[in-house]
Amino acid sequence: MVDFNGWEMPIHYGSQLKEHEFVRESCGIFDVSHMTIVDIEGKDAKGFLRFLLANDIGLLNQDFDGMYSALLNESGGVIDDLIAYKLPSGYRLVVNCATRESDIEWIDSHKGSMEVTVSERDDLSMIAIQGPHTFDTLSNCFSSNVYSDLSKKRPFQGLQEGETLITTTGYTGEIGVELMIDGERAKAVWKQALLSGAKPIGLGARDTLRLEAGMNLYGSEMDENISPLECNMAWTVSLEDESRDFIGKESFKRKKEEGDFHVLKGLLFKDRSIVRSNQVIYFDESKEVKGVVTSGSYSPTLKKSIALARIPPSHTETCMTEVRGKINKASIGEPKFVREGKIIF
Amino acid sequence: MNGISGNYKFLASHEWAKLEEDGSVTVGISDYAQEQLGDIVFVELPELNSEFNQEDEAAVIESVKAASEVYSPMGGKVVEVNTILEESPEIINSSPYQEGWFFKLKPVDIAEFDNLLSPEEYSELC
Repeated sequence: MVDFNGWEMPIHYGSQLKEHEFVRESCGIFDVSHMTIVDIEGKDAKGFLRFLLANDIGLLNQDFDGMYSALLNESGGVIDDLIAYKLPSGYRLVVNCATRESDIEWIDSHKGSMEVTVSERDDLSMIAIQGPHTFDTLSNCFSSNVYSDLSKKRPFQGLQEGETLITTTGYTGEIGVELMIDGERAKAVWKQALLSGAKPIGLGARDTLRLEAGMNLYGSEMDENISPLECNMAWTVSLEDESRDFIGKESFKRKKEEGDFHVLKGLLFKDRSIVRSNQVIYFDESKEVKGVVTSGSYSPTLKKSIALARIPPSHTETCMTEVRGKINKASIGEPKFVREGKIIF
Repeated sequence: MNGISGNYKFLASHEWAKLEEDGSVTVGISDYAQEQLGDIVFVELPELNSEFNQEDEAAVIESVKAASEVYSPMGGKVVEVNTILEESPEIINSSPYQEGWFFKLKPVDIAEFDNLLSPEEYSELC
């Protein structure tokens, strides 16, 4: 068990590698109640969030649809990444637990005279069920109606069952769902999922799964000084509606036009030595041009050392780093390694 | 302690040395160490014929969590390396005292073995 921003959480329940493999092959269940859930309601909720978020919440048409977005500061740096959902009563944001206080302060400080209420939902637990057998598990935890409705959803959609919000989202690159659910009900679902063959997954495998999926971790791939352009999040910044103003818009547009920034790529290393975050990447012996590893680990699926790294866009083929005095070469590709159990790098 | 007999001795930094009948010394890491490290995914083993003093850094192990040094419990020359670990480092997790050995040394000074911690003394540290 470790202290994770005030939450006591397991790194693993026995073996991190076995848990990782189990999610890729079967079905894992994660207690992710540390995630911060914030409901935004009131007459001006939509206008408020269209200004606050870099993605355009106005694009969410149906209830329970969700989108990935960033909270940007004025200089276009990422304050946090989050998923925003449209609810019948307003909107729901799921933000990181490490940034909980600063996010809520930031959100509150921009309300101005707008008619919005911001309420943290610390009464809710959060569970993720992920892996190819997710729907087998769900069929044992929920009624057949819920199961059949969910199986028709595309990614980033959802439904409500009583007070439980179930969304087709996750942090593993597998099919799966996340539940925002009352604490007592969460315990019952957890037990039922285990009985139907799902296994509990710790923080360790959660990290290697998201790394293989090429999903960002706040504080590693991005922070307040990193633009969405530099962390593979530009696609979440919506400029479609030119009339929409949002925090960080001008800085983002300027940087995009200037074009002088590093980009997030995936690296697959030749040797098995693990390359870890903050290690310097270079491209030739001169070491004049440099990049940096944002997350690196052993990939249980590829059985090799992989990393996400911020590097100059001019380099697209190979790069290298040094581990304990030895050069470890890597091929450069898009920042994603595994999708639905298959190697795609 | 489980899985070991009297001819194993330990460094406080969690390496074991086993005195073999032919006078060589086999080196590995303790069950406690492998459990603390979690799944081991990479090892860097010493070169054959390389020489160490007692407590010199002799190998590196990486778990998913972190990299750690392995120190030689005794001074000597490396006479055999368990190269199977390079392809299957998980053996260290499953069999730290038998199949998961790292290398064998021809010791310089057998008296160094006596100065190591007994299994009982070592287990008090864990």
